[in-house]
Amino acid sequence: MTEHDLDGLPGDPTTAPFWRAAREHRLIVQRCATCGAHQFYPRPFCLRCFGLALDWVEASGRATVYAKTTVRIPVIDELPPPYVVAIVTLDEGPRLTTNLVGDEPEIGDRVSVAWRERRDLPPLPVFQRLVGDGGRQSAS
Amino acid sequence: MTLRPAYIAGVAETPLGEVWDHSELSMAAVAAHEALTEAGLTFADVDALFTNYMGEEGTVQLGEYLGIMPRYADSTDLGGAAFEAFVHHAVAAIHAGRCEVALIAYASRQRTRRSRRMTRESDNSSLSAQFELSYGLPGPLGHYALIASRHMHQFGTTSDQLAEIAVAARSWAAKNPKAWSRDPITVDDVLASRLICDPLHRLDACLVTDGGGAAVVTTAERARDAAKRAVRVLGVGESQTHWSIAQMPDLTVTAGAVSGREAFSMAGITPADVDVLEPYDSFTITVLLALEDLGFCAKGEGGAFVENGRLAPGGALPALTSGGGLSYNHPGAFGLLLLVEAVRQLRGEAGERQVPGARIAVAHGVGGLMSTASTVVLGHD
Repeated sequence: MTEHDLDGLPGDPTTAPFWRAAREHRLIVQRCATCGAHQFYPRPFCLRCFGLALDWVEASGRATVYAKTTVRIPVIDELPPPYVVAIVTLDEGPRLTTNLVGDEPEIGDRVSVAWRERRDLPPLPVFQRLVGDGGRQSAS
Repeated sequence: MTLRPAYIAGVAETPLGEVWDHSELSMAAVAAHEALTEAGLTFADVDALFTNYMGEEGTVQLGEYLGIMPRYADSTDLGGAAFEAFVHHAVAAIHAGRCEVALIAYASRQRTRRSRRMTRESDNSSLSAQFELSYGLPGPLGHYALIASRHMHQFGTTSDQLAEIAVAARSWAAKNPKAWSRDPITVDDVLASRLICDPLHRLDACLVTDGGGAAVVTTAERARDAAKRAVRVLGVGESQTHWSIAQMPDLTVTAGAVSGREAFSMAGITPADVDVLEPYDSFTITVLLALEDLGFCAKGEGGAFVENGRLAPGGALPALTSGGGLSYNHPGAFGLLLLVEAVRQLRGEAGERQVPGARIAVAHGVGGLMSTASTVVLGHD
């Protein structure tokens, strides 16, 4: 793949599939064809079993808030403070850094993926309180 | 096999605070000259050079400036933890016969240059730019705030407990004429300071100052002309865990769990043997996790451990005795100044802040985005 093929994606050939899926509002992660472990961000090998066969699979989009902070200083133009940055643990296992939006979930709360449109870049997966899944889960 | 013991035979600070009459190179040179003079050596004796952030080729520019053409060079970037790791590497090189006189030097003018930034990714294809900066996570502040939030959630740690660490640092700084911030503060002052990234307040975060230092690691033979007592390196260790915060396996366990185990095991000591602790204090949470990971208390008990002034002057575990990065000086990478203070405490030359009878000191560096840790145990023969 050449840089040209990235077609407005953030410029990393290894993560291009993730951003292409993001354009369709699909959250995808890698799954090891050998041991079944999920991982994110993508790599050309399995962190758990050293296997080289990785598939992209769509994640459930459901997660639990692992950590969070309210940022009260200006960092990037697109996000005027205050806003919430969090780490969420996907039900499939991998963690990702994200924003929490809407009615503010707390650490341990269940959340689901939503998408923030961006100018010139693919939509960004953010997370909001999950409704209809039993709500708050015990801390994990 | 019996390895030749290694010693820190000289230490020095660069000019500190706001430095207008020096370049970074000249600051490092002044400190290196003073440290070598303490060690009874000169630049001509140096055969190993260690630095970080002193130009794009690390030791190359500094070596030229100092007139040193080393046979062993190391510019490993472990952030603020680089300098305790440099002691590790220097000791290993001395043991292997690859060098005899190692100079570690560093200086920064981050304050007068106003070079400190909340974001440092210029390459928008980096993993950090794609998956962290897009969400407005300020580095390193936001990373440490996320860690603090998790520790609070999991163990019930409170902002008051974190504030105790800032108060302890300030109370030591009041005894250090070179400290940048010396006016006393209380837990309430910390809590009343501006929230910048919940749960961290302005006074949970370190200073931004100019500064740096130098240290000389060598053998007993080469330190025989030292002006002051050389301090023995008893144990060293280092490790690293992550760069992207979501990749840190457990936000409540740092690389210090490994670096501390390595260093304490090599030294044959336990936390109970430590008379003075110099933990990296980029943020108050950095210290709290170091106390747990080094084994001064159990995981999750750091909050209760620091209560009632345990780290402060007169407390059971004197720590941050210079005033730390929180109140004394933080030149972007603080690890070298931890070594300077630890050596001075062991020599009994720390003035009003001297810990009486200190025989074992630990300098514990933490760098990056709580990414790296390195531990040095120092003592007497």
